This record gives sequence, C-alpha cells and structure tokens, in this order.
Amino acid sequence: MKRRQFLKTSVAAGSGIYFGFLPGCQGNEQTKTRKLKELSRRLVEARSEAIRDKKGKLIGDEVGKLLSRAMENFFGESGAQKCWRQLFTPEDVVGIKINCLAGRGMSTHRELVDAIVEGVKSAGVPEKNIIIWDRANRDLKKAGYRIQTNRNKLKIYGTDQVGYSRRLYEYGEAGSFLSNILVEQCTAIVNVPILKDHGIVGLTNALKNFFGAIHNPNKYHDFSGDPYIADVNMFSEIRQKTRLTVTDALTAQFEGGPPFMPQWAWNFNGILLGMDRVALDAFAWKLIDEKRKTSGLPTLKEAGREPTYIRTAADESHRLGMDDLSKIELIQV
Amino acid sequence: MRNIISRREFLRASAGFSGACLGSSLIFSGELAFAGTKKDDIFRREARYYEKLPNRRIKCKLCPRECVIDDQETGYCGARENHDGKYYTLVYGRAVSANVDPIEKKPLFHFLPGTTAFSIATAGCNVLCKFCQNWEISQARPDQIRSYKLFPKDVARYAKNAGTESIAYTYNEPVIFTEYVEDCAEAGHEQGVRSVMITNGYIQAEPMRDLCRVLDAVKIDLKAFTEDFYRKIVAGKLKPVLDTLTLLKSENEWTEIVYLVIPTLNDQAADLKKMCHWIYNELGPDVPLHFSRFYPIYRLKNLPPTPLATLEKARNIALDAGLHYAYIGNVPGNEGENTYCPNCKKIIIRRIGYQILENNLDSKGRCKFCKTSIPGVWH
Repeated sequence: MKRRQFLKTSVAAGSGIYFGFLPGCQGNEQTKTRKLKELSRRLVEARSEAIRDKKGKLIGDEVGKLLSRAMENFFGESGAQKCWRQLFTPEDVVGIKINCLAGRGMSTHRELVDAIVEGVKSAGVPEKNIIIWDRANRDLKKAGYRIQTNRNKLKIYGTDQVGYSRRLYEYGEAGSFLSNILVEQCTAIVNVPILKDHGIVGLTNALKNFFGAIHNPNKYHDFSGDPYIADVNMFSEIRQKTRLTVTDALTAQFEGGPPFMPQWAWNFNGILLGMDRVALDAFAWKLIDEKRKTSGLPTLKEAGREPTYIRTAADESHRLGMDDLSKIELIQV
Repeated sequence: MRNIISRREFLRASAGFSGACLGSSLIFSGELAFAGTKKDDIFRREARYYEKLPNRRIKCKLCPRECVIDDQETGYCGARENHDGKYYTLVYGRAVSANVDPIEKKPLFHFLPGTTAFSIATAGCNVLCKFCQNWEISQARPDQIRSYKLFPKDVARYAKNAGTESIAYTYNEPVIFTEYVEDCAEAGHEQGVRSVMITNGYIQAEPMRDLCRVLDAVKIDLKAFTEDFYRKIVAGKLKPVLDTLTLLKSENEWTEIVYLVIPTLNDQAADLKKMCHWIYNELGPDVPLHFSRFYPIYRLKNLPPTPLATLEKARNIALDAGLHYAYIGNVPGNEGENTYCPNCKKIIIRRIGYQILENNLDSKGRCKFCKTSIPGVWH
C-alpha cells in the first residue's frame, strides 16, 4: 500500500467515515482529508421556534431554512447548495432512510424529508434518482407517505417492494441480509432517524435506524442491543454509503418509545446533523437524559437501559465514531 | 420418501418454496400467500401465552426469553407481534415447507420405525444458533418468505392422504408456532395420525404441558451441556432446556435427544460425561441419545465436519455412563446407527441412513432373541 493510500484509509477507519464521502469536495486529496477530519468531529444542533405555526403545525419552508442553516454551519460554507454538492454528484442514486415504525405521531416528518430532497436535487441529482425508503410499504403508508414507484419520478417504497440481498452480511455477532434498496439501488444514503426513547435499547437515533435496513432486527435487542447495533453499522454497505445523518428532532420522545406516546413527546423543534453517527447518538443520549431529569424520570442508565452500544460503536474494534462529547465540536444554531 | 402430487402441482409448489429442507419431497400445492399483502392477516391468531402490561406493552410467556414487546413490534422469534396491546401469532396455518420424510430423518429411532411423517415448518425461531441448517427459514420473518395457506384440517388431510403415520413439526422451531401445533395435532388425531415435535425445548412449562396432551413424541435438540455454549453460540440458556426434559419425563412423553457434536465448541469429553450422567440420573437409561455429525454451515463455516472418531468417543462415553441407546447420526452405514438389545447385545433394528434393513422387534416391542422389552412407540 502506498503511503497516501494508507493515510486515506487511516483517516477513514479512525472516524468511521470513508474518503469517498465527499465526492464533490473541491481541492486536492490533502485538502479533502483535512476537511473530512474536521467534519468527522463536528455536529450541528439547529433549533427554531419559527418552524411551527400558531397551531403547532410544521411550516415546510421554515424547516427547509433550518436544514440549510444547519448544512452551512456544518460545512462552514455560505449557501446550502455548495454543501450538498460536496456530498453528492449528479451520478449518485441517493436513498433517504427514514423511520416510520411509530406511525404518524412519531415518524420522520415529511417536511424535513422534502427539504432533504430539495437539497440533494440542488447537488444535481435528478429527482428520479432519489428514493425515500424504510422497511415496509405498510409502515410508510401508516406514517403518511404515498408509495411511488414510477421510474421517472421521486420514489417512495419499502424494502418489501424489492426484497433483501442474497449475500449474508456478517460482522461480530451480527449476520443479516440487507435491503436491496441499500445494496443494489443506492450509491449514497442520507440517514434520517427520529430522536426517540427506546424501551429496550435505551434510545433510537443514528445507529439504530439501520435496523430498518436488515431482515432480522428482532434478533438484536438482547443486552440493550449491544454489540448488535454497532456490529450492524459495520456492514460495508452501511459504512461506505452513509454520507450524512440528519436527525429529525422536530418532535422527539423521551419515554415510552419506540411507539408513539403523546404524553412523553416534546417539541424539540430542531434537527441534529453530522457525519459521525456515534457522536450524534452520544449527543442524543445527553439530550434525552436531560429531558428525562427535568421531567422527573430516571436517566436511561438508572432505568436499566443504558445505550452501551454507543460506546461499543466507538471502541477499538469498531471505530465508527467518537462517543466522547468533549472531543466533538458542537455547533448550536 | 414419497411423492404424491402431479408433476404440474409439484412445479407449482416448487416455484414457491424457499429452498429449505432439501432432500425431502414436496407434497402439496396450497394457496400461495404473498408477503406484505392483506392476505397476511388470515394467518393472525391471538397468541395463547402472554400477559398484558401498561402502555400497550405485552410480555410473552411462551418461551424463557419472556420478551417484553412494544406495540407494533415483534418478539425475538419474529413470528409474534404486539398489535395495539394484543399479542398475535403471525404464522397460524402459514407453512413455508411441507414434505413427507422418513421418521428416521427427525431422527426418532424408537418411534414407529420405517414410517413417514408429514413434516411442516413456518418462519421464525426463538434462538439464534450459529450452526442452524435451516437458517434461511428459521432466522427470517413470516413476511419475508413465500408461504402457503395450510390450516390444521388441511394438514391432517394431507398427512392422511399421504399415508403418513404422523405429523412432524420440524425444520424451524415449533415452539414459536405452538397454537398451530396444538390444533394440527388435534386435527391429526381425529384422522388417526399422530404428532411429533422436533424442538430445542426452549419453552415454558405451561405451554409444554399443553403440548404434551396432544403430542405422541418429542425430539429435543440438546445443543451443549454448558451455559457458556448456549449463551455464545445459541443465544439462549441451557437450564430451561433441562427443565423441559425433566418435565417431559414427568409427563411420560416419549422423548429422544439429539446432540450435534461441533468440533472445539461442545466436544469436550468432560462435558459429555457430565451430560450423560445427568441424563442417566434424571431421565433414566432408556432415553435414546443421538450424537450427530456437524457440517460447516451458516455462521460456523470456519469449522471442519466432526471427525468420526469424536462421534464414536461420544457414543462410548454414553454407553459407559449406562445409557442403553446411544446412536451416531449423519454417518450412513456406521454401526452406531443400529439399535442393539441392552440385554443380549444383538442388533434389533439395523439401519443405513434413513433405511430400515432389519427389524427384530416382536409384536409386543420386545427383542425377538431374548424377549427384553425395548422402550419406544412401536405400534
């Protein structure tokens, strides 16, 4: 291996992020590597009260502005289009992996997904090359998404539409078939989870969202999902294709998840954005615990469901990202 | 093996099956159930063993896992779902395989030798064995596999028409479709067809007792004799399986045990000795114990097949411990496939693979040579 290749790989392995994740980034390889390193240690928390009207309904345009602001702050650029262009090229087929299990009350909001679609399109990706997806058409419909399979338009469908891979992906304790949307159809993924409490694994956010991409998530909830959630995220297709995570925390839930429990939902009115899924989960853990404390609930650890898989994802054998928030550059806008 | 359907039916059925259970004959052409359609709902039945919890949660009381399941989620087995605080089996009448097999294939050596069993399976399992032979169905969820509508009365009818003596619940783990098993067994008995369950024994006492009322024999896969193996390789626990074995003994259920010997993982002589002594002391000397040969598969492709010497050593350990019927499986032609009279030591049933070459039992289930009674279900 050449020295340059070695360095590239090292950066990628250290951050859980691959060099190829910034295909549209300008500059030479050194510049790209530096930029990647910066981005892999950064996350943005963007919040705004303006995203809701007086009745509490989301305003699509405002959600779009919030996303643009988050992107600009994350990439340190002015103009969101420039940022999206660093992530995607017109040749990409981009999958937007949402989370619809909990139905209309607590699924990835359409307003945010629409804003992401516009962002991806602004990078030159044709609309027909964008797929909004989750596990099953049934789940998507329940969350208010209309199934669209027309080959010349934006697509929305579940894995049950196209099935799972023939290959068994294996890492550590996990062995799964992966969604063919992820394996065969997409070249890049935007991960759009929900910020939510989870009754077994503690919380569900960036890492856990990929349980919706495997055929056997029911097998991986023992021991609070540790190490299974980290192991699943090590599958090559997930590691190499996930270019960005945008957590939908417009409405979040701090207890009673994963199903929607309105009594424990709260209007966080924000999104979390970054490339490091571990850092995003570590930060999400902090947010949920803070909210639980102010609501008189025990912390996740005290409740016996500490999401230890986040630490595992950061350990030496996974190195998917950074779980030490003191080493993360948090930008709040 | 018998094939009782027309060529057209065979082709139709073959096209729909998932490829599990190769080597068996497909024998029916039920209505295809397409995954993800409303047709799935016809396979839902309220589960029999669960407890309701606050906030629409439920606790499954079928197997020792006791999954606590949120609304819209499935249990570990993937075959049971909480829907709005009510718990459902998703696989009632939803067969993914149906074949006529020799009973020796299960293996049951002391149960109606030389007969066939109408063998059915669904999707799902309550453990995660890294060596599972049928992992493509056991580790999948019902909506991921093409399946067939085959309700209990149909099962009984097919079994009867195929001339089988029994219905076998096998390939995947029947514990997870226990309601279907119970109703098929009852329907089968009405037609004069018996029922056998091929299981890991990972089940709670109440459902197992209920099953004992309708089953005629049980084969338990005892996967190892250490908790460590169960935790790391099976994702389960040993103790509940031992509890099931003693429960079966107390219920007078005809039981045989299979032990798949996996090189380096569960082939230590000391553990085998402990297990054989436990069986002798808790279950008695007459429980048949089959040591089966492992072949690399699924997540244990890195290990070699079990050496014959290891299997022979295991069998000798069992015989030395006082067990009367120790067998070697998956090694056609080995002398360990035969049943020997514990008294006169002559061969009572000579086998090669699934074939019976010689049967020296008299009409009362005794050794033809010395009249020693041989335990089992012979008629």
